Parts: sequence; structure tokens; C-alpha cells
Amino acid sequence: MSQARQKKEPLLRIAKRDGISRPAAYGIRLIAVALALLVSGAFIYAVTKLNPIEVYRGIFDGAFGTKRRCWVTVRDTMMLLCIGIGLAPAFKMKFWNIGAEGQILIGGVLTAGIMRAFGSSIPTPALLLIMAAASLVGGCIWGVIPAAFKAKWNTNETLFTLMMNYVAIQITSYCVALWENPIGSNTVGIINQQTKAGWFPEVFGQAYGLNVILVMALTIGMYIYLKYSKHGYEITVVGDSVNTARYAGINVKKVTIRTMALSGAICGLAGFIAVAGSSHTISTSTAGGRGFTAIIVAWLAQFNSFVMVLISLLLVFLQKGAIQIASQFNLNDYASNIITGIILFFILGSEFFINYRVIPRGKKEGNGK
Amino acid sequence: MTGAQIIQLLQSAICFGTVIMFGAIGEILTEKSGNLNLGVPGIMYLGGIAGLAASFFYEFNNPDPNGLICLLISFGAAFLVAALGGLLYSFLTITLRANQNVTGLTLTIFGGGVANFFGGSLNTLAGGVGQISVAATSAVYRANIHNITNLGVFGQLFLSYGFMAYLAIAAAILMAWFLNRTRTGLNLRAVGENPATADAAGINVTRYKYLATCVGAGISGLGGLYYTMDYIKGTWANDGTIESLGWLAVALVIFATWRSTNAIWGSYLFGLLFWVYQYIPGLGRKDMELFKMLPYLVTILVLIAISLRKKRENQPPASLGLAYFREER
Repeated sequence: MSQARQKKEPLLRIAKRDGISRPAAYGIRLIAVALALLVSGAFIYAVTKLNPIEVYRGIFDGAFGTKRRCWVTVRDTMMLLCIGIGLAPAFKMKFWNIGAEGQILIGGVLTAGIMRAFGSSIPTPALLLIMAAASLVGGCIWGVIPAAFKAKWNTNETLFTLMMNYVAIQITSYCVALWENPIGSNTVGIINQQTKAGWFPEVFGQAYGLNVILVMALTIGMYIYLKYSKHGYEITVVGDSVNTARYAGINVKKVTIRTMALSGAICGLAGFIAVAGSSHTISTSTAGGRGFTAIIVAWLAQFNSFVMVLISLLLVFLQKGAIQIASQFNLNDYASNIITGIILFFILGSEFFINYRVIPRGKKEGNGK
Repeated sequence: MTGAQIIQLLQSAICFGTVIMFGAIGEILTEKSGNLNLGVPGIMYLGGIAGLAASFFYEFNNPDPNGLICLLISFGAAFLVAALGGLLYSFLTITLRANQNVTGLTLTIFGGGVANFFGGSLNTLAGGVGQISVAATSAVYRANIHNITNLGVFGQLFLSYGFMAYLAIAAAILMAWFLNRTRTGLNLRAVGENPATADAAGINVTRYKYLATCVGAGISGLGGLYYTMDYIKGTWANDGTIESLGWLAVALVIFATWRSTNAIWGSYLFGLLFWVYQYIPGLGRKDMELFKMLPYLVTILVLIAISLRKKRENQPPASLGLAYFREER
């Protein structure tokens, strides 16, 4: 159409792909990850002057060097994955739940509070159930508030959930000050350090065994829920087009609120796992930005729970490695955020090459314009 | 509350407000082009660390730093690096058509990582010891005429700030004039409201989006610069404050209903709400934490109020957050 006006054909043209085979798509993503690793390696080399191969050995050592490090990597992967699983239904519905940080914290605060209060009076199995239930309800409420306003008045959920994060952070700060132990430390300390009441029990001799079981169950459950249930279908339709959903007789308001209740509840449960299953304390950094990282995990996996496992593992692996290298060189841990950022930028950019083709000037297309 | 305390509260509110005002003005420009850049905290981080690093290296290599050069180097570096952050965002979202929210969040993670990494270790890397500090540059940023004129309360309230506090107000007014009174501003708003129509009218949508996002990011980055140079006096703190301020800047954009002149008083109000806990007698430390929620709660209320009233002039740009592909109309 506008070709006539143009004197020259543009250097590069972009055309949408009709479809791409799955191996090719993953090939492009792998190339992106490889490029990202090269750039990250160059960055680490520039700062530390380490031989790049040493760098990658250091990263591997940091993530899998010892048995304990392996389990810490697994634990953190499960944590990130759990949040990603929680966010998946909301994002699939195109509900921008940026509020996972807050939902995690509320779940974590409730867990820590119950653990402190009833650690000596209720046996651990019952206590775990109560804490899990409380965190589910807490996260659920935190998710439903913005969802209800979105459903009723179309209030912008991106910003609403974002603000809810800070409300939750301040509530956490309040509780940290309230439960301070020892006084003046500005931390809650390890809760029930002697009795280990309300801590996850060891499963198969592994401290983090229960974390893995819980999160894997959620992963499989969410895969089935999104792919094979009626609810999952409704979420997909609402996500693709609200008008189509309405036309098909789907109650969009109900689906919005129901999905966010589920999303918030799982994120709340992630707070429970973080407190009872790993740190045994609560602070404003219990969520530690993972609520944001998990969004990217869910988005890049296109809400496929099993792909999320891989992406979470990749991100945690690199974070642990970067932390290891940083501590070897007396640099700080934030190097891991830089590397996470680089990798995500590359994967985000690679999606373009999966959906579009770039055609250089002069090359003729087979099937006309 | 004594008079001195009230003045102190207003002063801290204005300093606080200046940081988020820069962030919000930049984001208003960006959002008017239809790009919802959730990378504002990351961009403010980038601006802050770039300004700090530039003046650090200048002061490090010059025992007798020149104030004007300090100023130009740090200001230029902050704007430039923040704009580069915006360029990265633009390239991914406009050219490579990546999702805006996800890209913005990644930029926040990345910017925070870069800034905290170099902020914490720049001095070690350069072979120094202890915390990074740029006293000479910070002094330039904090110079004010209250110290020389001595006009009492008037001077304390209106003249006791570094030049960037006034620059923020000027930028807000200029931005309002640009968006509402110039042809380019009108075109930009058209791009944000309905890019397809703008495109049909012969406006280069891609160029407008790129420029608005990069310049907007540069302005937002100045918020980070003001924070490091003036607010915390030319040092660095790895405590995540810039990130929370960055999100407040995003909130302020809504609070101001996308009008930069509203951002002036809105930012001071946020500052007031943020600091008021220090001046309420009898508050325990834990109660203070609850009071710090106020700016966020107010934003939520405004958000709800805007969606309830549905006044057309208070709504976000219609294509906000949506990518524009000519082929996919």
C-alpha cells in the first residue's frame, strides 16, 4: 500500500509468522539464554577480571557445589515456582496481579503470628494446618480486594495491587516491631528455635522435602486446572477477550473475583512455605522481590506450569551463582539482580523472533504480499 | 506542634516530594505516549547511580574538584543513563513488541541490581575504603540562597532547597505547557489515545513513542539523582528506598490524573503524609510503621474515586499499556 511512496524498500521488513514449530521456538529461546549468559559472563569478567570459564564454574559451584547448596537452590526454586503458579491464573486472565509481594507477606505474617502464639500449645501437625489455612485466607483477601473493585468499577488493578504491596509491607514492619526479639534488634529472630514447633518436619530426611512435595502438587494441580477444567477454560476466554466471554455467557465479574481469590491464596501459601518451611522468621524482605520475578516466570512460560519449573530453576541457579562469585570477590549480592535482568531482557526479546520473521531487503517472499 | 516543627515537616515534605515529582513528570510524558513503564524505580536507580558514579570518578581523580564540572558531569550522566534505560525499554516494547508490564518490571529488577551493585562496591572496585561519598558535588546540589539571604521563616520555607527542587516545579509547568499547548504535545497525546488514528494522520507513532519514553525516563532519572545528591547527601544506601519512592512516583501519576501541574502539590502532599508520623506525639515505633502506609492508602482511594466518577478528562490515555502494530489493527 505505502510501497509506492517509498523510494527504497526498507532494509529490514517484519512479517508475522503463521506458526512456528515447537523445537524451533525452544531453539530460539535457548539461543537467547546462551547470549544472555555470554553477556553476563562479560559483565562479571569486566568487574572481576576472572577467566569466563572460571566464572561459570563459580556459578555452578555456588548453586550445586555442596549438598547443602543443592538443597538451598531447590528450596528457592520451589519458592519462586510456587509464586509463579499462584500468579499464572491471574495473568492468563490478563489480570495484572503485581501484588504478589503483598499477598506473600500477609500469608507470612499470619503464619509467623500463629507460630509465635500457639507454638507451645498446639502440636505441630495441627499447627501447620492452621497456619496454612490462615495464610490461604490472608492471601485470598489481599487478592480479592483489588479484584472486587476491578470487577465492579473497572478500577486499574495493576496500580491497586502495587499499592496493596506497600500496605502489606507496612503491616509487616508493624508486626516485626511488635514481635521484636531480642528487643532492639529490629528483627523477629528465629521463631521457636528450641522447640521447632510449627516448622516443616523433615521428609525423607530432607529439611525441605515438604516444600518440594507441596509445590510440585500445586504445579501439577494448576496445570490440570488451567488446561482441563471448566474454570480454566473460562479464564482463557476472559483473558483473550472480555467481550467474547460476555457473549458466551461467562460471568466475567465472578470469574475475575474467583480467579484472584485463588491466585492470592496460593501466593499467601507461598508466604506460609517461606516462613514455616524455610526462614522461620518474618521480615519485610521475606518476599524479597520474588513476587515481581515470579510474574516474569509465569509470563515467559506462557502459564505452562512445567515450563515454569525450568525457568525458576534457571533464575535461581544464576542468582545463587552470582551470589557466590560476589562473595568471593567482596562484591555485593546485587550482581545476581543484574544477571537476572540481563537474562530476562534476552528472553523477552527472543519472543519477538518466535512470533515474527525479519526479512532482509531484496529477498523475495514465496507467497506474495 | 510548635512552629519550628511545622516548618521542619513542610521542609521534609518538599524534599521528599521533589524526588517523586521528577519520577512522576517523566512517567506522565511516557504514559501520554501510551507506554506504561513500570520500570520507573529501576530508572530512578539508574539515574541516581550514574550521577553518583560520574561525580565519584571526577572527584576521585581531581583533588580539587570544580563545582560546575561536578554538576554538569553528574547531571548529564544521570539523565543520559536513565534515558538509556528508557531506550532499552522502548526497544523491547516498541520494536520487539514485548509486553510492557513485564519489560518494565524487568527494568526495575535490572536497574536496582546495577545501582545497588555499583553503589555498594564502586569504592572497593576503585581501591578505596568505606562508603562512597561525593562531598563536593553534593555541596553544589545542596547550595541554597536561604543561607545567604536569611529571610527568616519565608527563607526557610521557600528558599532553603537545592536548585533541583525548583527545577522540578519548572519541569512540571513546562511539561503541562508542552502537552497541552504545543502541536507536538497534541500529537503525542493523540499517539497515546489512539495510535491508529494518529498513524493515519501522518504522525510517526514509533518516533513519538521512542522519544517520549526516553526523555521521560531521563526526567524520572533526575529524581534518583536528587535523591542521592541532595536527599542523602552524596552517598549511597542499599536499603531499597529508591525503589519504594519509584513506586510512589508511579502512584503519583494516577493521583495527579496524568496532569503534571497536579503532581506538584500531589508530591508535597505525599511527602507530608509520609513524614507526618514523626510529628505526632506519643507514637511508638510500631505505630509509626502503620502511619507510613498513608500515601499508599490515599493512592488507593484516589484510584477508586477515579474509577467511580469516570470523568473523561481524568482517565488514563486510552491505549495505555497496549502495543501498537500497524499490521494488526
